[in-house]
Amino acid sequence: MKLIMIFISASLINNFVLTYFLGICPFVGVSNKTENALNMGLATTFVMTLTAAVTWPVYTYILVKYNVAFLQYVAFIILIAALVQLVEMYIRKSSPALYRALGIYLPLITTNCAVLGLALFMVLRSYSYIESIIFGFATGVGFTLAILMMSGIREELEFADIPKPFQGISITLIVAGMMALAFMGFAGLIRG
Amino acid sequence: MAENNGYSLWYEFKKGLWQDIPPFRLVLGTCPTLAVTNSVINGFAMGMATLFVLLGSNIIISAIRKYVAPQVRIAAYVVIIALLVTVADMFLAAFFPPVSKALGPYVPLIVVNCIILGRAEAFAQKNPVAPSIADALGIGIGFTLSLMTMGFIREILGFGSLFNIKLIPPSLFEPWIVMILPAGAFLVFGTLIAIVNYISSRKSAEADKA
Repeated sequence: MKLIMIFISASLINNFVLTYFLGICPFVGVSNKTENALNMGLATTFVMTLTAAVTWPVYTYILVKYNVAFLQYVAFIILIAALVQLVEMYIRKSSPALYRALGIYLPLITTNCAVLGLALFMVLRSYSYIESIIFGFATGVGFTLAILMMSGIREELEFADIPKPFQGISITLIVAGMMALAFMGFAGLIRG
Repeated sequence: MAENNGYSLWYEFKKGLWQDIPPFRLVLGTCPTLAVTNSVINGFAMGMATLFVLLGSNIIISAIRKYVAPQVRIAAYVVIIALLVTVADMFLAAFFPPVSKALGPYVPLIVVNCIILGRAEAFAQKNPVAPSIADALGIGIGFTLSLMTMGFIREILGFGSLFNIKLIPPSLFEPWIVMILPAGAFLVFGTLIAIVNYISSRKSAEADKA
């Protein structure tokens, strides 16, 4: 039951993009086409799940055990960068088609603050190992959902008559604000 | 020569305040811009923490720029930035515990603030130490001012207060709760970008006429 709670909470109610403002750069940058948005979302979900699976044991069995928890930021960012690099190399070797679809997005994920944020929140909320993996996966699903919806709206917006100063990033952010308002409606889910 | 040098340092400093003002023009560092600006004080603290890290990373990176192999430079920069952020985080936790609590995980997230890596890539690795310091100060102060502007608008509309002091009595003004919620952050940020776009398009139109 707690696992389902974590999943719903991380993907809908406390959506990383719309309530913690993590991962705004790709959210604004890659959301102009639905296809790109979907690929970015999938790549991010994959990396997030892996990040949760790798950073948890490193934090618990190395950093905490040897009393060097203050190194967590340095350790996490190195782990994430290494992980993204490995995933990129593996996909390039094993599946060239997938590599062509995701290739350019993978390096961008290293600087996606949502991935580091995920590791930090995981430690902050002291999740267990299984909970962390579910949390990582759910966060990725939430990110994919947000970026996919945004890309759908933006494709429609291309035909809209927007005042000139509002064009581009400005209108994207205002639309995101409205999406955040709509997502607040999910908050009722968890109390019931 | 010295005069010329002074002018260019001043230029590097000044460009961060309007021409390249980070969250509005470069649209970098959007996470903290949205997340911690529900009050002026939080915006100021976040801006100062970022300024410190940016200054440190610009100085170190421009000082070692000739000794770092280009293939590993990003990794090297990220480690330097992460160490500086750890220092800033511990400093805040030790001397300003309430501020550190309010900013929460957003202080460690300075590591992935694109402004810092962006300035390292675009400026510090190509320039000597002095212009890099000017660049860091300009961009850092511009960023702090932007955060404080966001905080100002959101705090006065959302709580009816400034610097945690109630300005408007609640009987006269119903606070706009939405402004302190995430949605308000997106709306204020989007509108501010539109205003900056409008002012600069007017300015360049005037320059064309003249």
